[in-house]
Amino acid sequence: MLEPLFDPLVWLILLPLAWATLAFVLGPGRGAWPAIAGLATQCWLAIELAQKVGAGGVTNHVVGGWGAPLGIDLAVDGLSAAMLLLTQAVALPLAIYARSYFKLNDPAGTWFWPLMGFLIAGLNALFVSADLFNLYVTLELVGLAAVGLVAAGGGAQQVAAALRYLFATLVGSGAYLLGVALIYGAYGTVSISTLLPLVTNDAPRLVWIAGGLMVSGLMLKTALFPFHFWLPPAHGGAPAPVSALLSALVVKASFYLILRLWLGPLQTVLPAFAWLLAMLGAAAIFWGSWQAIRAVKLKRLIAYSTVAQLGYLFLIFPMLAAHGALEAGVMQIFAHGLAKAGMFAAAGVLIKATGQDTVAGLAGSVERLPVTMFAFGLAGMTLMGLPPSSGFLAKWLIIEVALAQGHWIIAMVVLAGGLLAAVYVLRVLRQAFLLTPASATLTPVPRMLEWSAFALAAASVLLGLRGVELMRLLGAMA
Amino acid sequence: MSTGFIFALTGAILFAAGVAGVVLIGHLLRRILAFNLMGSGAFLVLVGLAQRQDVVDPVPQAMVLTGIVVAVAATALALALVRKLHALTGQLELPDDVDA
Repeated sequence: MLEPLFDPLVWLILLPLAWATLAFVLGPGRGAWPAIAGLATQCWLAIELAQKVGAGGVTNHVVGGWGAPLGIDLAVDGLSAAMLLLTQAVALPLAIYARSYFKLNDPAGTWFWPLMGFLIAGLNALFVSADLFNLYVTLELVGLAAVGLVAAGGGAQQVAAALRYLFATLVGSGAYLLGVALIYGAYGTVSISTLLPLVTNDAPRLVWIAGGLMVSGLMLKTALFPFHFWLPPAHGGAPAPVSALLSALVVKASFYLILRLWLGPLQTVLPAFAWLLAMLGAAAIFWGSWQAIRAVKLKRLIAYSTVAQLGYLFLIFPMLAAHGALEAGVMQIFAHGLAKAGMFAAAGVLIKATGQDTVAGLAGSVERLPVTMFAFGLAGMTLMGLPPSSGFLAKWLIIEVALAQGHWIIAMVVLAGGLLAAVYVLRVLRQAFLLTPASATLTPVPRMLEWSAFALAAASVLLGLRGVELMRLLGAMA
Repeated sequence: MSTGFIFALTGAILFAAGVAGVVLIGHLLRRILAFNLMGSGAFLVLVGLAQRQDVVDPVPQAMVLTGIVVAVAATALALALVRKLHALTGQLELPDDVDA
């Protein structure tokens, strides 16, 4: 009877809600310690859950004892467990980082803790939802919390970026909702497991339209080229911990949802769009990298690099039926999640220290902030795909599957993307190695900032050595 | 043609008009209204398509209620942001993104 009380699945959603509410009650700028304690517990819960899933396959939870169709079902398989692990593993170091980043009276950090809590709760709930409508609600929760975080900076530029992001995210989830409505109209259910046998090859045209609507809405939310227009101002303009959360986790949530639909209920419909998505992914790699190479501001550069790195995720779709493609995609999610969180965190340290957000202003920072620049370099290694980083593993897996399938063009795109990433990462490092101008003064930064950025970047490299465990977890699919 | 289908068709047209509004209109208040139009369109489709043989299906109605709550929250957030932007810049349109 009491068994559901100790289900890690439920606590992964309840805990962040609890510490977010507590932080809100404590007042502006407060709530860092409950958040860190909560996130540490969540890390442990996510590991526990992953072990359970790895050993026994899929686990379910029926909320409040009311099952589908009236109640809400939660389900965890290997893919969900992996995403939960990544979310907690990125959020905990970022919380430690943000505690040092936002001093108590910093206006940008006023409502950071409650919003971060609601964001994490929304993400965790999204990864365990088992029906299309609940996925819509969690998608909106994540979107609204993320918009609030972007606006937290408070300047006109940030508010404008938040509004632009809000409209993009609302249109995206609106299209998704219309798709859900059409699917409900066609089959009378939104439960993923019930839909699975219902949607067959000769599905009515309505379902094709639904699939198209849902995927285009989610593409807009994942900022796939050419729908990436909202991402650089939002991710580039927000405070560093927020940029890190958004780039590492939030855009992955809508991508996860595409994967979920693709592998689940819409598996007979969506493959028709596979090459379109892969072509847009390739365009994203080239366009994002090119804009990153040209960017004047450091955080803009990193934001455009996110546009490029998201492109790799979409390259896997034409090969998703083949063994190994899903593993490659998830490895890229992990590699980019950890590396980009580390890179934005490092950029935040550099901006705080030099007082300006430009690539040119970095001259001499290797001498003065060696740990931070080392973190930036390690994260850059993962983005370029140098061994032994997880980025290398991800790109290697994509190339391997692509060549096995005879899609050499995808392999070429991956290789070219790695070279372009090297250009923009080395552009920053080259500037950092220049001699310090005599006039430049550096503000001292807390040690904790430097080391938490370093931990994230190092994790992205070291994950490359432990990729097998992650692959095994993904084997436990529904 | 059943009543449900007419509702769904109207919903689809409203949704399309709403999307066009959010994408094309510059004035922020009108964009927020367009977003609400879009949401209402999706709700109409959800309720309309699910009515078969004039039997009322409660599940989509519950979904629409949830959807309305989400739309209200989103509208409130959008309005708060627009007010803030208006206070900062005196404008009710989005400034160009300065990419520098």
